[in-house]
Formats: sequence, structure tokens, C-alpha cells
Amino acid sequence: MKEKTQVSDIDRSLYDFRYEEDERDYLGSGITPEIIKEISEEKNDPEWMREFRLKSLEIYNKTPMVDWGPSIEELDVDNIVTYIRQKSRMNTDWNDVPDDIKDTFERLGIPQAERESLAGVGAQYDSELVYHNVRKEVAQSGVVYTDLESAMHDERYADMIKEHFMKLVPPTDHKFAALHGAVWSGGSFVYVPAGVHLDIPLQSYFRLNAKGAGQFEHTLIILEENSYLHFIEGCSAPKYYEAGLHAGCVELFVGKGASLRYSTIENWSKNMYNLNTKRAIVSEGGKIEWVSGSFGSHVSYLYPMSILNGKGARAEFTGITFAGEGQNLDTGAKIVHNAPDTSSYMNTKSISKSGGISTFRSSVTVNEKAVGSKSSVSCESLMLDKISRSDTIPAMDIRTDKCDIGHEAKIGRISDEAVFYLMSRGLSEEEAKAMIVRGFADNVSKELPLEYAVEMNNLIGLEMKGSIG
Amino acid sequence: MSELLRIEDLTAGAADKELLHGVTLSIGTGQTHVLMGPNGAGKSTLGCTLMGSPEYTITGGRIFFEGEDITDEPADKRAKRGIFLSFQNPIEIAGISLSEFLRNALEQITGKRMKLWDFKKKLKAAMELLEMDTAYADRDLNVGFSGGEKKKAEILQLLVLEPKLAILDETDSGLDVDAVKTVSKGIDEYKNRTGGSLLVITHNTKILEALNVDRTHILSAGKIAAEGGAELVDEVISGGFEKYIVGK
Repeated sequence: MKEKTQVSDIDRSLYDFRYEEDERDYLGSGITPEIIKEISEEKNDPEWMREFRLKSLEIYNKTPMVDWGPSIEELDVDNIVTYIRQKSRMNTDWNDVPDDIKDTFERLGIPQAERESLAGVGAQYDSELVYHNVRKEVAQSGVVYTDLESAMHDERYADMIKEHFMKLVPPTDHKFAALHGAVWSGGSFVYVPAGVHLDIPLQSYFRLNAKGAGQFEHTLIILEENSYLHFIEGCSAPKYYEAGLHAGCVELFVGKGASLRYSTIENWSKNMYNLNTKRAIVSEGGKIEWVSGSFGSHVSYLYPMSILNGKGARAEFTGITFAGEGQNLDTGAKIVHNAPDTSSYMNTKSISKSGGISTFRSSVTVNEKAVGSKSSVSCESLMLDKISRSDTIPAMDIRTDKCDIGHEAKIGRISDEAVFYLMSRGLSEEEAKAMIVRGFADNVSKELPLEYAVEMNNLIGLEMKGSIG
Repeated sequence: MSELLRIEDLTAGAADKELLHGVTLSIGTGQTHVLMGPNGAGKSTLGCTLMGSPEYTITGGRIFFEGEDITDEPADKRAKRGIFLSFQNPIEIAGISLSEFLRNALEQITGKRMKLWDFKKKLKAAMELLEMDTAYADRDLNVGFSGGEKKKAEILQLLVLEPKLAILDETDSGLDVDAVKTVSKGIDEYKNRTGGSLLVITHNTKILEALNVDRTHILSAGKIAAEGGAELVDEVISGGFEKYIVGK
């Protein structure tokens, strides 16, 4: 009966397995224009994309290393294999997926998840999409869900992609955005036509395989007027000894009156550098909702940004971060109020244990024309022991006095009294602490679809394992 | 009657300060004992120490439960053996519902999975007995509960967990007359249904009315100052603790 309540009787090895890669599949380490050209050729990029990649590489080489957050000194980008050729091309029939890849997905539960009414699966294995299937009814509604490479070659979407690709997150944004622009590979493209309301969530499951491989997937989502979409991004990666890098990019365009919910559960292996950039721009009356659970990784820099560009646009951000031993997770969110009557709501929780460092960084900008706007930021931190650390760095830039801004921060340690109370009812110290942490994370898990909430509780249980002593 | 709990010459304290100076006490199976004493005598310290609170350190003596030495055991092991403490100030836990918590605790203590339906039935019956709004089952554990609701929730846990020994630490304090009646009804039900033992820490007789008190202990300045039967409760109520205070 033990373990039942924490649901933690899952095996870490589920996330830590990997298959051997053929050496010949690597294109070699280091990034030179030749490598970029090779990637571009292999991908059969249109001319503009090839130029875009080369230009991004130039910017990358000119841009200084990030130095304002957790140290990334040990990350040797040149040594990270930036691209691994796909072992198989796109598949839409599960039967055609190669066995070892299929087995990996089976273990991650992807086909099951699909059977359980998920609309489509775009799962990334190494750097290429190998399995892709969108349910017929989704396709019939006019929703496009495919990988970005295919879409780029489809004349129906080619211009749309050219118009939007890395316009929200330009390569000049920061060094890793430039790197992304140069070596990006794989990822999803979603287009929801005006008025289409997709009731079932679309899901993608990214994971890294291949020792030393980077992951640079690009997600581009465009919602036309008055449409609705829930997109779920889930990540997990096997553990390696060499430093791994994830520098993905997410660009979300939310049209007038449209509503997008973007949920993420990230669970990177503990040696990963997760330097991800996510951004949404919201038109009049539109809404972006972020739900973000950050687990794993050695170092994370993650601050999804919402630009409220139309009157009455709204943003909601709900996030949780769990930093354990050897982890330094710097997460938060950014909001820009650029139009009147816009509103934003940020609610984050961070947990640190066993010497882990968790930093919450937020930025709220309210421009002069954003009169009548409202913003509320609330962050809570829970430290499970005396050696862990938690910091809060809120920034606000308010250019109008005709707005309503609130900020609240709470930092606390787990209470011995509460642990004793639960233990007096038969829960072990570990279970008691896990229960308190689950309770602390509850308002985030409530925002997630059930199977993801269960996964998050599993991850919390897993992280809490062996926390006593 | 067999012996359920035996405390032998127990000394305990917090932060270098000794609060219990050699307490010896024994409770038999099915017995009801009352622990009284002036404020600061160490009653709650004794209750919490019996439950295994890390706030107090045992510096001498032993505690035996069903003949086994539990002096060094953590609280969860003691709970699994069948010891329960109704807290004087129950703790609020956000994000965990009363019902989720209690089902979890029950499964930990019994070591058996319980069907949700069966659990809900059991919980509902206990809540009705205690005149609790069943909506409380879905509310976060003790969060925003009034003082009276918190105490009822403790007795609710007692009824669901059915321990062998329940230590009630001033469960009646701060309750109005009706609430004391309801809580007493719950304690009575526990006694009748399970035949469990009670150690009632109290200042009042109201909560004891429906119970047959087997033994009364007066704790004063960390020591047992007097012991007797049920009549001792009345003596204390009419005469106060004056004559038991050590050194007078």
C-alpha cells in the first residue's frame, strides 16, 4: 500500500533511458557557416531561411554571453552537437515508425495519450519529428498542426511562416535566440482559422536523446480572430554526463478576441541548460494563458513574455518551479501592457530543496497608452531546508498613473509543526512534506489537464524522494 | 484489563529547559483518564511528547505502548500503533482537502487501500454525527475553519481513524455549550464503537459528563501531584489546584 498517495512509485529510469546513436549520424561539433549550410541543405530550406540562419550565426558570434543570471560558464556550446539527422522521415502512421523510436515513445506513453482523446501528437525525437498525426476532425475543422519544416514547404503556409518566423523573438534578442535562429530544427506549426474553437487540446512531447545533443525546436502558433486553442507542451530528457542545452523558441500570435492556453510541463535531466524563449502577442480582446511547470535541468532561464497589444487584451501566467540539489532555476514571466484596458495576472510558486536555488524574476511594463490597465503579480516560495535558497526579483516600469498595479511576495520555510501534525496521523516525514508541497502546488495543478496534473504530482513525489536525512 | 500505555519516570523539555520532571503514569485498555493541572504545568508537553513531537526532547525515562518501547519512535510510527492526539491548535494545510488528507491518513494507518465510496460513506456518517456541513470535506484542511470547526474536525479524524488511544488536548477549550455537547457525542461514539482508551486533558467537567472516568491525574510543575478516581475531578473543580501546587 505504501507510496499510494504520492503516486511516486514511478521509476526515475522512465525518464533516464536512452538508445545508442549511430556515430555517423552526428554532423560534428562546433558551429561554423559550413555546418549551418549543411543543416540548411539537409533540411532543404527555402533560400530566405538559409540566409536567415547564416545571418543569425553572425549575430550569435557578435553577441556577448549572458552574464546577469545563473552561471552558464560550464556550457560549451561549440561542443554540443547541434543537429542530429533524423533517423526516419515524417510519419503519420504509427506502424511505420522505427521500432526503437516507437519503443521510446511507448515508454513515454505517447500513443496511449493519443488514444485517450488527445487530438494530435507531434513528438520530437532528437531533432526531427518522426511521428505526427492529427485527428481527422481536427484537420476537417481547418486547423493545421504539422511540423514547421513541412509547413515551410507547403505553399499554403510558406508566406505565413516567412511573415511570422522569429518576428516576436528576433535573433538579436539575446545570444541563444541568435543560436536558435541559426540551428533551429523541428518543432510545431499550428494554425487555427477564424472562429474555430478546438475543444480537445493539441499536444507535443519534446525530448532529447543523443549524448551532447542540443535541442532547438521552434513552435509557431497562429490563432485567427475569435478562435480558441489549448496547446500542451511536455518535455522530458534522459540524463547525461556532458552538459546538454535546450534553446527552443515559442512564438504565439493571438488574434482579435482569440484565446490561447499554452501549458507546459518540463522535466529536463539534471545536467541540462534550459535557455528557452517564449513569447506571445495578443490583439484586441484576445487572451493568452500560460501554465508552466519547470522541473529538472541544471540551469534554467525561462520567462514567457506576453505583449498585450490590443485594447482589452489579457494575459494570465500560472507557474511552478522546483529546484533540487545542484539546480539553479531562474524563472518568471514578463508582461508588456501596450494598449488601454489590458489586464495581466501572474501567480507563481517556487520550491527549493537540498541546496537548490530558485529565483523568481518578473517584469511588468505599462506604457503610456495603456490607461485603465490592471496588473497583479503574486509569487510564493517554499524552502524545504536551511541550505536551499529562494529569491524574488520583481521589476516594474509604469508609465501611466491611470492603472492599477499590485504585487505580493511570500517566502517561507516548511513548518515543522505542520510536518508533525501530518505525521501524527500516520504519514511518514517524507510523505508529510510531499503532501505539504503538493498542497502548495495545488493551484497550478488545478490548471492542468488531469493526466498532466497527475504527472506533475508524480514529479513532485519523485523530487521529494530521499529528501529526508 | 491489560495495560495499553505505560510512562516510566519521563523527563522531557524544549530548548535546554526541562518541562517534565519524572512523570509516571499507566493507562489500561478501554480506560478513560483525565489529566488536569494549572496552566504551564506541562499537560500539553506530556500530550505532545507521547505523540512524538520533535519540539520536545526526551531526556530520561521510557514510554511503552502495548508493552513495546516507543520512546524513540517518530510520530508516524506511533500513529500506526494506534496513538492519536487531538491538537489544541490544529494546523492549517493549504491545497489539501480534509477528505483527501483523511483518506490518505487512514490508508497509511491501516495499511490498506480503501474504496473511495466506502470512505465517503464513513466520512459522511461521522460528519453528520458531529453536525458538520459535509462541504467541509472538500475544503482545505483547517484553512479558514473557525476554532470550533477545527476542534470538530479533530474529533472527525478520531472517528475515522479509530485509534487505540486518543489524547485529547483541551479539545473543549474555546467551544460554546452546544459545540461541547456535539464534540462529547463524538467522543462517546468513539468509546462505544471502538472501546478505545482516552487521555483527556481539560479544565472542564462538561466534556467528561458522558464518560466514565477511571482515573484522574493532577500534573503540577511537570510532576504528578495527585492521583485518584473520578471524584478528584470534582474536588479540583470546587477547590482549585491550590493544594496540589508543589511547594505549598
